Amino acid sequence: MNIVNIIEEIEKVDGEIYERLNPRRAAMKDFYSMGKKIALAAMPLAMGSMFKKAYGQSTPTAITDVLNFALTLEYLEYHFYNHSLLAAPGLLTPGTPAHGAITTIRDHELAHVNLLKGALGGAAGKVYAYADFDFTAKGTFPTVYTDYKTFLAVAQAFEDTGVRAYKGQATVLKGNAVLTTALQIHSVEARHASHIRQMRAAPAGGGVAIKPWISLGAGGGANDSGVPQVDPVYAGEALDVQTGVTITGIATGVTKAAAVESFDEPLAKADVLTIASLFIK
Amino acid sequence: MKNLQEQNTQVEQSVFTAQLQRRSFLQYAGAGAAGIALIAAGCKKRDRGIPEYEGVVLDFKDDFGVLNYAYALEQLEAAFYIQVASAPPSGFSAAEKAYFQDIQFHEIAHREYLKKALGAAAIGSLEVNFSSINFTDRTSVLATAKAFEDLGVAAYNGAGVRLTTDAYLVAAGKIVSVEARHAAYIRDLISNGSFANAEVVDANGLDVALTPDKVLPIAANYVKTKINVINL
Repeated sequence: MNIVNIIEEIEKVDGEIYERLNPRRAAMKDFYSMGKKIALAAMPLAMGSMFKKAYGQSTPTAITDVLNFALTLEYLEYHFYNHSLLAAPGLLTPGTPAHGAITTIRDHELAHVNLLKGALGGAAGKVYAYADFDFTAKGTFPTVYTDYKTFLAVAQAFEDTGVRAYKGQATVLKGNAVLTTALQIHSVEARHASHIRQMRAAPAGGGVAIKPWISLGAGGGANDSGVPQVDPVYAGEALDVQTGVTITGIATGVTKAAAVESFDEPLAKADVLTIASLFIK
Repeated sequence: MKNLQEQNTQVEQSVFTAQLQRRSFLQYAGAGAAGIALIAAGCKKRDRGIPEYEGVVLDFKDDFGVLNYAYALEQLEAAFYIQVASAPPSGFSAAEKAYFQDIQFHEIAHREYLKKALGAAAIGSLEVNFSSINFTDRTSVLATAKAFEDLGVAAYNGAGVRLTTDAYLVAAGKIVSVEARHAAYIRDLISNGSFANAEVVDANGLDVALTPDKVLPIAANYVKTKINVINL
């Protein structure tokens, strides 16, 4: 069972996890047997309350802040996709690969919301509803729920932002078990981004000249999406120097574009919130 | 929610499927741990002098050990894609050839970056063993690429918590999301829509994270050079 694996993983970096979860190690058996009985859909909450118990009292504010920041972004993504599936007639046809992929992604975003909410417990911030968002970004994307290509363009911006946002918080979580969980969400967002980009490149998505990875934009710019309105999402992505090492030309054939594609850049929390605020009423 | 019970059943099934599939993935990727040696090294051994190892040593006592671990995996990936890109399977489309060229350069960039970042601490070049891969067969190449990319993602996800230097942690984060983009692309080539299926994403929406002791035996199936691990 995944939850057990997670705790075992945490044990490797925090040998006292069992003690933190329950002063009596033997009591963990209760949890193992409980896991078999309760519905798996409720597991994120169960796990969240365990983390709360383990780290709750001593969770540094900095880590709680990161989790709440992530929670806001996950609410945004979840409601964006959920509405496209439930209340955007004609946008996605049930039974098509596009509908299937968006369903998969929506389900992951919901799982992330539940996981983060559970982990935060009483410290969880605002519960966002669909009505709290304006996915036209105050009129910038008026056809977001009627035009498939626009919908995908916005989806790509959200996924690439999500990848950058989690990456930007890594140092705050350094050495903490929460980092591993954050990384496990981070790479799922990157898988989503890759697939959405492929959907845009497909004929139905507009046949946009875009790669599964973030490349150099037209004219050497940082925004490779072909959508100038989302420039802030890609600000700084054209970097080709990593910890002082210049990647362009590091080996034969490694062009500037290859160098940029090879490394995804983080985005600072303030910059992510500025982007998110365009979609929050 | 109206179909809660039904949904629960679905979730439950996907979790069990995931575990079965993950197991079969491990079996696919490697049958044993022939090329890897786990050595329990204590301080006393060091007092008597560092023993001479055959092959390379990944010493996990500090960030350089983690970076060398990543460097070993990137060497493996780069070698694989160089071979694919230089002679793609006949079944590859023009677009696939172009993207495998791209991936090749990404992995070369990762490999060379890590080598430079490590400087004198870098391990030597690994000799690979790709005898199990049929490079003329599209299916074999894609299956191997998928295994390498998913493994790479899981390895970085599992090793991040070991890093103590901010800059290296961020650099590893910059690389892992690119590996995840590769993984999703290759998975979709094999079966469209499998970019983040239950093989790699669990019911909590989490990707796989594996510790080095789980990753290296799999990688070692493709490496001739003996990889010694200490201070893990």
